[in-house]
Amino acid sequence: MTTVLDPTSESRPEQRELVLRPESLDGLTIGLLDISKPRGDVFLDRVEEKLTDLGASVTRFMKPTFAKPAPVDLRHEIATSCDAVIEALAD
Amino acid sequence: MHTMAEMTTAKPPLPDGLVAIVKEDCPTCVLVAPVLADLADRASMTTITQDNAAFPQVADWVVHDHDLAYSWFHEIDTVPTLLRVVGGEPTERLEGWKREDWEAFTGVDGLGVDLPDWRPGCGSLSVDPNRTDELAVRFSGSTMSSRRVEIAALEDEWEALYDRDWSDGLPVVPPTEARVLRMLEGTTRAPDEVVAVVPPDLADVTVEKIAINAVMAGCKPDYLPVVIAAVEAICTDDFNMHGVLATTMDVGPIIIVNGPIAREIGMNSGGNVLGQGNRANATIGRAVQLVVRNVGGGKPGGVDRSAHGSPHKIGLAFAEDEVGSPWNSLAESRGFDAEQSTVTVWCGGGPQVFVDQLSRTPESLTKHFANYLKTNLAPKMAMMETLLVIGPEHMSRYRDAGWDRARFLAELDSHLQLETDDLIRGADGIDEGLPEAFSGNTIGKFWPGGIHVVHAGGATGLFSMAFSGWVPPPKGSVCTTKEITR
Repeated sequence: MTTVLDPTSESRPEQRELVLRPESLDGLTIGLLDISKPRGDVFLDRVEEKLTDLGASVTRFMKPTFAKPAPVDLRHEIATSCDAVIEALAD
Repeated sequence: MHTMAEMTTAKPPLPDGLVAIVKEDCPTCVLVAPVLADLADRASMTTITQDNAAFPQVADWVVHDHDLAYSWFHEIDTVPTLLRVVGGEPTERLEGWKREDWEAFTGVDGLGVDLPDWRPGCGSLSVDPNRTDELAVRFSGSTMSSRRVEIAALEDEWEALYDRDWSDGLPVVPPTEARVLRMLEGTTRAPDEVVAVVPPDLADVTVEKIAINAVMAGCKPDYLPVVIAAVEAICTDDFNMHGVLATTMDVGPIIIVNGPIAREIGMNSGGNVLGQGNRANATIGRAVQLVVRNVGGGKPGGVDRSAHGSPHKIGLAFAEDEVGSPWNSLAESRGFDAEQSTVTVWCGGGPQVFVDQLSRTPESLTKHFANYLKTNLAPKMAMMETLLVIGPEHMSRYRDAGWDRARFLAELDSHLQLETDDLIRGADGIDEGLPEAFSGNTIGKFWPGGIHVVHAGGATGLFSMAFSGWVPPPKGSVCTTKEITR
């Protein structure tokens, strides 16, 4: 029998339950996060129109750079001010 | 047979006074057996026996070093060894048998008068190559805190490591306790020292975890300080390993080693410098990538979203040829001394060759190089970043003409100021390009400071290499240099 040492961090990222899908968007605040890729705004403008038509109110956010994770403060702001968020990956 | 509970794991104090360490499987020890009894009688000497508890005889002055703890901790290389012990620690030692030295050491005359005057000793059991790994684990293994994973006798140990998803696709060396302990001898840093926080899981990585992955990658202990410094460098906010991993582009960390350590550990800076065949080059970059994979949790298909990847993402490390270069080194150009050993990490895609076999002047060669670089990443891309690996035959053009690094960079950059009208969207019938607002201007192919240059490669061949970069600083990844400490 060979004994080896575990090369991993010996921990797994926390698994979180998905929140329930909202039955309707009426009256909800939806965050739209532009990751600042070219033409992400084009996509999100169209999404905003559609969501507004469905009765949601929309708040727009933008990452400083697509190349790095969203800053903690931005994530916190989105989490505390929105019911749901849509992130645009565009090119 | 002793159980683990009976095994000593701490350093045992020796009995004070005179002590002899012997083994029966040593002709010199057998020869001096009567002297041991004589000294027990006349000088109250204790004899510690390594192999047979009843050698030289069963007596209250004979102690069995059953687990070799006395011999291991008190660093006995030869038997017989005579020790003078004060407060449990040896203050003097004498190896082998030489009558006059034993008499002087013990202060007892007339020792072994029938014996030959002199015989060399034998190797101590505690330095027997077949036992040292086991002893190292027994006496030092508790310094390592990683989870022990047992691979069953019927499992193929190489397959077992694949099954646990710990491999980059190539076989990994099983990181046994003995191998990891040996690896840790490559650094003076404590195994539990936290070196960095590794993306994307933001997991603390200790010296021990890096050593485990270095074993798996195939590193020698001498390479460990380089691997540690490189892990530190890629895990900075500047280098942005999370982004480098998550991007859909082909990039990965490229590790350039400068300074004395590159030569000491035998890194390649010459022929086939970016290729296979040198253990240090091949395994250092791989160890760093295994740390990202195993400790950071960054795997292809997970946070690694690269569309194509690149062969160099298995790991790429190489040394600069400083000895053969007329220029200051990459590390020196970044503010370090030639005597310092450093790693520089830069985020880039796969390298491409630049061929120029006819230029005889630095002016011609530089202009051709610039023309070639205009297509780096794509002809429509500007304000990018690149790493150039200038081969020795190309470098000889600059040496002969007395150009230094600054002159080369200035001349090269002067040829890389591009007309934006050629680069805007739609120009030349190509949709890709700069926004219309940039038109009627010039723009650098590379941002100021975005051309990194090292000298490396085989002595023959009028070639150099150029890497394409990624998102330039400060938004993407910043080229980062760290000093290597042992």
